[in-house]
Amino acid sequence: MGDLLFFFEVLISGLLAGVMYALVALGFVLIFKASGIFNFSQGVLALFAALTLVGFQTGQIPFAHLINAVWGTNMHHWSDIGGGHGQEGHGGLPDIAAIAATLLVMIGLAWLIVKVVLRNLVNQEGIILFMATIGLAFVLEGAGDLMWGANVKVLDVGLPSGPSDTIIDATGMFIEKIEISAAVVAVILVVALTLFSQYTKMGRALRAVADDHQAALSVGISLETIWWIVWSVAGIVALVAGIMWGAKSGVQFSLSLIALKALPVLMLGGFTSIPGAIVGGLIIGVGEKLFEFYIGPMIGGATENWFAYMLAMAFLLFRPQGLFGEKIIERV
Amino acid sequence: MNHPVAEAAKDDSTYAAEEEARGLAPHRVGEVVMEVRNITLRFGGVTAIRDISFDIREGEIRAIIGPNGAGKSSMLNVINGFYHPQEGEIWFRGARRRGMRPHQIARQGIARTFQNIALFKGMTTLDNIMTGRLTKMKRGLVWQALWAGPAEAEEIRHREAVEKIIDFLEIQHIRKTPVGRLPYGLQKRVELGRALAAEPKLLLLDEPMAGMNVEEKEDMCRFILDVNDEFGTTIVLIEHDMGVVMDIADRVVVLDYGAKIADGTPDEVRTNQNVIDAYLGVPHE
Repeated sequence: MGDLLFFFEVLISGLLAGVMYALVALGFVLIFKASGIFNFSQGVLALFAALTLVGFQTGQIPFAHLINAVWGTNMHHWSDIGGGHGQEGHGGLPDIAAIAATLLVMIGLAWLIVKVVLRNLVNQEGIILFMATIGLAFVLEGAGDLMWGANVKVLDVGLPSGPSDTIIDATGMFIEKIEISAAVVAVILVVALTLFSQYTKMGRALRAVADDHQAALSVGISLETIWWIVWSVAGIVALVAGIMWGAKSGVQFSLSLIALKALPVLMLGGFTSIPGAIVGGLIIGVGEKLFEFYIGPMIGGATENWFAYMLAMAFLLFRPQGLFGEKIIERV
Repeated sequence: MNHPVAEAAKDDSTYAAEEEARGLAPHRVGEVVMEVRNITLRFGGVTAIRDISFDIREGEIRAIIGPNGAGKSSMLNVINGFYHPQEGEIWFRGARRRGMRPHQIARQGIARTFQNIALFKGMTTLDNIMTGRLTKMKRGLVWQALWAGPAEAEEIRHREAVEKIIDFLEIQHIRKTPVGRLPYGLQKRVELGRALAAEPKLLLLDEPMAGMNVEEKEDMCRFILDVNDEFGTTIVLIEHDMGVVMDIADRVVVLDYGAKIADGTPDEVRTNQNVIDAYLGVPHE
C-alpha cells in the first residue's frame, strides 16, 4: 500500500512539474506556429516578465543603478524620491495593477521586437531569424539586469504556497499548492489560447504568415501586425510562466535556463501543436520523476539532468515531427 | 505633370478605332487603370529594369514577354510592391503611388500569382482561397482576435464567394486536400483561385503555364480568358509560351535586357524586327 502511495505521489508531482515545463514550451509553440521562428529568447522573456513584475510590485526605479552611477544619486525605489512613502512602503503597485502594467510592458516589448528586429528580416531563412532571437535573448537578459538589478528576488502575487494540508489529510500525499495552481493556470491558458486560434479568424492569417511571407503579403496580410499580436501573446504566456516559476523558486537569472528544458518537451510534443506542448511537458515531467525514483538509484542517481534529453533523442530517431507535429510533406 | 487617366480618356475614341481596325474588341478595353512611367530598378550595380514605361487598360489582357533575365518578373514585383524602383512613377486608378508596402497594395485591389507557386502548403485548398478574401473582410485582424461574433456572419458570406471560385476553377474534388499534396498543375490553379478571391481590379500572373503539359495549359488558358470575359478582370501576364501569348493577349510589351523594345498588339509585335532578333530568333536559311 505504501509503495502504491509513493508511486502516485511521484506520478502526481511529475505531472505537476510537467505542467511547469509545458507553460514554457507553450510560448515556443505559439511563435513557431505563427511565424516559423524558433524563439530562443522565450525563457529570457519569462525572466524579463518576472523581473518587471517584481520591479513594479516593489516600486523599484528602472535603471536605478545606472542613474545612480551617472548622477551620483542614491535612489532605488520611487519612495526614495521626495521622501514620500507609498502605501506599500516602497511606492510599489498593488498586485493586480503590477500585473496589468507588466502586460503592457510585454505588449510594448513585442512591438519593439517587431519594429527593430523582425521587420528587417522579412523573407529570410529560418536559421537567420533563429540567430536573431539568440541575440534578442542576450539583449533582454542584459536589459533585465540593467533595469532591475541582478539580485535574486522574491515573487509573491498571493498564490498559495507550501504543501496542501487537505491532500495530506485525505490521501497522505505531499503536494505543493503552488504546483496545483500552476496546473489550474495552465488549463485556463490552454483553453484561452485554443479559443483564440480556433474561434477567431486570426488562425488562418497566422498560419499563412508561418507558411510563406511573400504569399501572405500578396493577399494583403500585414506581417508586422501579425507578428506583433503573436509576440504579445507569447509575452503574456511568458509572464504567466515567469510568475509560476518565480513564485516557486524565486526570480533569478537562471530562470532563463528553463528554456532548455522546454526543448525536449517540444521535440516530444511537436513544435506546432499546443496540446503537444502540454502532453510533451507531462510525459517529460512524469518520466523524469519515475525514472529518478525507480531506476535512478540503480545507476547512481542524478538522472533528472539528462533523462529528458535522452527521451527527446529517442523521439528524434523514430518520430522527428513529434507526437502531434504536422507531418512533413515533401514532393519530389 | 499630366494626369494619365485624363490623357487616356482624350484619345480613347482614337484608341478604340485603332483597336477595331486591328480586329480586336475595343468595347472590352476601357481607360487606363495603371500607368508605369520611366521605371528604373537597380540591385547594387545591376540594372534590372531601365527606363520602362507602359500602360494597362481596364479589361485587357496585357502580356509582358521577353527572354530569360529580361526583367519581366522584376517588373511584376515592382507593380505589386515587393521591389521599390529607384526612379519612375506608378499611377494606379488615377493616383500616384508612393512608398507603399505589398500588403497595402494588395488591399488596393492588386492580386498576383508567383512563378514558383507561393501557396500555404499546410492548408487545404479551401483555406488557401479563403486567405485571398482577407482584403475583403471588413473587420480587421485585431478586431477578429478580440471578438469573433460579428466576424462569424462575414465568414459565411465569404465562404459562399469562395465556393463559387472553386466551382469556376473546377477544383471541387480537392477542396479539403492540403495543397502541398496536389500535383503542380492543380497547385497553379489553386493559386489563381486565391488571387481571384480578392476580386482584384488588377490581376498579375507570373508564368501561369510554366511547367505544364499541353492539356493543363489549355485548361489554364481557358480559365484566364474566362476570368477576363466573365468578371472583366484586367490581367497582366508574363508568359514564355509565345503561342499562348499571341492567342490570348490583347497587347504585348516586349522586354530585353531590362529595356522595352516593343509594345503593341500581338500582330505588331510578331512582325517587329527588334523582337524577332531578340526573342524569336533570326530565321535560319
